[in-house]
Amino acid sequence: MPSSDYDPASLPDLLPLYYRRLFPFSQYYRWLNYGGVHKNYFQNREFSFTLKDDIYVRYQSFSTQADLEKEMQKMNPYKIDIGAIYSHRPNQHNTVKSGTFQALEKELVFDIDMTDYDDVRSCCSAADICSKCWTLMTIAIKILDRALREDFGFQHLLWVYSGRRGVHCWVCDEAARKLSVAARSAVAEYLSLVKGGDETVKKVVLNDPIHPLIRESLTVVEHYFPRYALQDQDILGRKDSVNKVLGLVPEDVRKELQQRFQNERKPETRWALIEGQAEKKQATAKKGQYFEKEIMLQYCYPRLDVNVSKGVNHLLKSPFSVHPKTGRISVPMDLKDLDTFDPFAVPTISMICEELDRSRAGEEEEKSEDTKEKEEETAAAEKRKIRDYKRTSLAKYVKYFDQFLDGIAQSWKGELIRKNDLKKEF
Amino acid sequence: MSGCTVLQNERPHMTLGILFRVPLKRHHLPAFVEQPTLFGGTERKRDHCRLQTGTMQFSGRKRRIITNSQTEVYGHTVQFYGQPPLENISLSEFETFAVERLKLLKTVENLGVSHVKLSEPYTQKLEKEFKALNFPYRPENEDRKSQTGPSEQEKRRKDHISHFILRLAYCQTEDLRRWFIQQEVDLFRFRFHILHSKQKLELLHRNNLEYDAISAEEKTTLREKLINSSYGVSGITLEEQDFYKVPFQDALDLVRTRKVYLKAGYAYIPHQDIVTIVLNDFRTRLSKALALTARSLPAVQSDERLQPLLNHLSHAYVGQDYSIQKNVGKISLEQIDPLSGKSFPLCMRQLHQSLRENHHLRHGGRMQYGLFLKGIGLSLEQALQFWRSEFIRGKVDADKFDKQYAYSIRHMFGKEGKRTDYTPYSCMKVILSNAPSQGDHHGCPFRHSDPELLKQKLQFYKVSPSGISQILELVKGMHYQLACQKYFELTHNIEDASFSLNHPNQYFIESQKVLNGGKEIKRETDTPQRSQDKSAARGSREATANAPQALAEMTEDLDFFFQDA
Ligand SMILES: [Zn+2]
Repeated sequence: MPSSDYDPASLPDLLPLYYRRLFPFSQYYRWLNYGGVHKNYFQNREFSFTLKDDIYVRYQSFSTQADLEKEMQKMNPYKIDIGAIYSHRPNQHNTVKSGTFQALEKELVFDIDMTDYDDVRSCCSAADICSKCWTLMTIAIKILDRALREDFGFQHLLWVYSGRRGVHCWVCDEAARKLSVAARSAVAEYLSLVKGGDETVKKVVLNDPIHPLIRESLTVVEHYFPRYALQDQDILGRKDSVNKVLGLVPEDVRKELQQRFQNERKPETRWALIEGQAEKKQATAKKGQYFEKEIMLQYCYPRLDVNVSKGVNHLLKSPFSVHPKTGRISVPMDLKDLDTFDPFAVPTISMICEELDRSRAGEEEEKSEDTKEKEEETAAAEKRKIRDYKRTSLAKYVKYFDQFLDGIAQSWKGELIRKNDLKKEF
Repeated sequence: MSGCTVLQNERPHMTLGILFRVPLKRHHLPAFVEQPTLFGGTERKRDHCRLQTGTMQFSGRKRRIITNSQTEVYGHTVQFYGQPPLENISLSEFETFAVERLKLLKTVENLGVSHVKLSEPYTQKLEKEFKALNFPYRPENEDRKSQTGPSEQEKRRKDHISHFILRLAYCQTEDLRRWFIQQEVDLFRFRFHILHSKQKLELLHRNNLEYDAISAEEKTTLREKLINSSYGVSGITLEEQDFYKVPFQDALDLVRTRKVYLKAGYAYIPHQDIVTIVLNDFRTRLSKALALTARSLPAVQSDERLQPLLNHLSHAYVGQDYSIQKNVGKISLEQIDPLSGKSFPLCMRQLHQSLRENHHLRHGGRMQYGLFLKGIGLSLEQALQFWRSEFIRGKVDADKFDKQYAYSIRHMFGKEGKRTDYTPYSCMKVILSNAPSQGDHHGCPFRHSDPELLKQKLQFYKVSPSGISQILELVKGMHYQLACQKYFELTHNIEDASFSLNHPNQYFIESQKVLNGGKEIKRETDTPQRSQDKSAARGSREATANAPQALAEMTEDLDFFFQDA
């Protein structure tokens, strides 16, 4: 995967610039403060930093936005993870009595990682991705976004490109943040269809009746399957991948298909043969025979890392963190443009730092700064920072993040009004 | 009938409301708590125990229950355990109750693993245990017929009191709470299941559990979706059934298994599945109550007579504690390869093999295998060496290993983080939690492998065709532990293993027992029709004869672990 101009060795030089002038601190704080509805919500949030040489520091916490800025600019983390909201300030976790320091709340999160699809994509493997297999992420987002909104009633979903080979979802609704571990794992399991590790061949098994979730998901999969699986991945072309597919159909059907495939090479027609067989079976069998659907789902249905979603205290890479290997910024994704989202077009840290340099010529900001009072200076710096990211290709992602935050702000305004009303009553 | 008044004349006794006024006397303890060192010197501390009503954490209201109001208290066979017992009880009864409930819960646990819950054999065996231990499970009128044994009311009282005693013993750690809640919920599920529908409604009513049914119009609008999300609901039965709309958080079991229709955060539950909400309620209440009890625990802990007893009760739950490292360093790293073939259960053999092949294991595998190895006696230093030497042959260099993986290994040994000494996973845990996904090799091969692959694997390990089909039959019936035990019997040439398998480390110990000679070998020669297999058995015994003396010693030491608690 070409990261165009990015050289990992330059990261130590670029990070200070990024955190001083580009990182959208005010939006970031606005998000994690959640309108200040609950006391200490931001203050008790765990951050963890990965520093140079893989040094990993957990239990960082900050009292204000200024504090967060100062520390990040001092430490220049290679990677930022966000954890739970704890009962106490995480940076003081050693001073509280053991057992009382507990993770209380966190967004419900999902992590979809392309490496989990290695057995069903032939274009790349491990950490590599290309535009062909990226379709899997598009499918995953569509399916999960619908289910989380319609089935579970969540509204504030932030989808974030991880910077390398996957996507994250942060469900930010108050109800989601308060979910228990058991509820989180139930949600994740409700959404998981592909089961089993390397020891399992058939990873999707459908039973009667087919749940509405699966039906809804199938309409998404059916839309992408011909292009993605039959053409791009050519799963019915090469001999070994054909055998893999045929390994998922009942034995008697397999024999017949093997024969008919000898005279038929076109993937679309081969697929039609499989569908024909399925239809035939369904007409005669008492119990559901859904092997064509099972194949589609095994190849395309989102694969979740359930453990990430389960734990309240599980850490997940923060939006706007940099991916140290690719240099790409972890950016929020606007689902309106999901089908055209191109991970390779996501800006790298070197790209946006360069853009900043390029447009600096002709500006007078540096001069005027010396003469100002200190307070004014910070205000000016704040303003300047806003102007700064707007001059880079980060701008459109921050703008989308702003829109997302305006959306949640509605809900916490409601919450604040309710709280005030309650106070008046007493 | 023996009421409280009678018991008050009996010594020693205790008032459950103001707990444990009277010193424990050794001869009143059941055999299994016979622990002279722990109970020594209890006599002199007569005034030391000050356990108040509240410490048992039941609502705190001091409502005295008088003998003749018992009918009212125990108005239903199935209880929600809302109110604590406050009466007097003899010390021996106290302990008998606790021990017998523990027996019942362990039966619930074992049956839940070897049978499908609520299946015919499950129900039958559990009913038998209820009868044997005198716990109530059938409504009063049906029970009247039996002339002997305690009355229904006495059974209900025992049910009530014993539940609360175990709360004290099982509130202390997250692990214990989880186990206790799981078993109590299963117990409740069984008892609820066998009630008639009228009795079910009565129970719900009695405990103020009322749920909102959706309107007929809504039912019509959602018709198709309701039918497709609920098992056993057809177009016809849909008309007759009420559907209840509850927040999805109250029906997690149905959500998790996708057996319910979800819309906008609500689950639509058909009447036949109402047990799910009831169980959820039961679970939530119990979980909250245990958390409260745990908070008051310091008071209980200050009682040096009570604490050992409660500890003992709680230690009984996993059978053995395989985290106690009795055999550290008695096994050398070179022995792991041969041992993995001979004495590791299939799950560990599989993990070992993929570690050797890929020079890597993902987190789930590292935990399951690492703790197992710790359990069979690897020291921390050995474990570090073992994992390190394998990992650096793969993609991980030594530096990265020390940074990323060494920590978690020290963690397993309780040397980092919370310093919990982690316990090797039991079969239950391996089977039920954290199922393997892409790239994983952990889990239970009998549970998590495709039957076809399992078959190939067993063939590769030279299990006879008839043996394989026996194993696959057990797997089909979801008897994964029995399948594993069958595998043990077949690979060790034993007709009928004399233990009930529930832990990978137990498998290892039993295997070593067999291979190094012991009572099991004698059993084997007693068994006829074994002539063909004998040479194979001897072969494996000869192989281990060369194993260092240390191994034999270890097996002896491990025998100590094995005495039933
Ligand atoms: Zn690709």
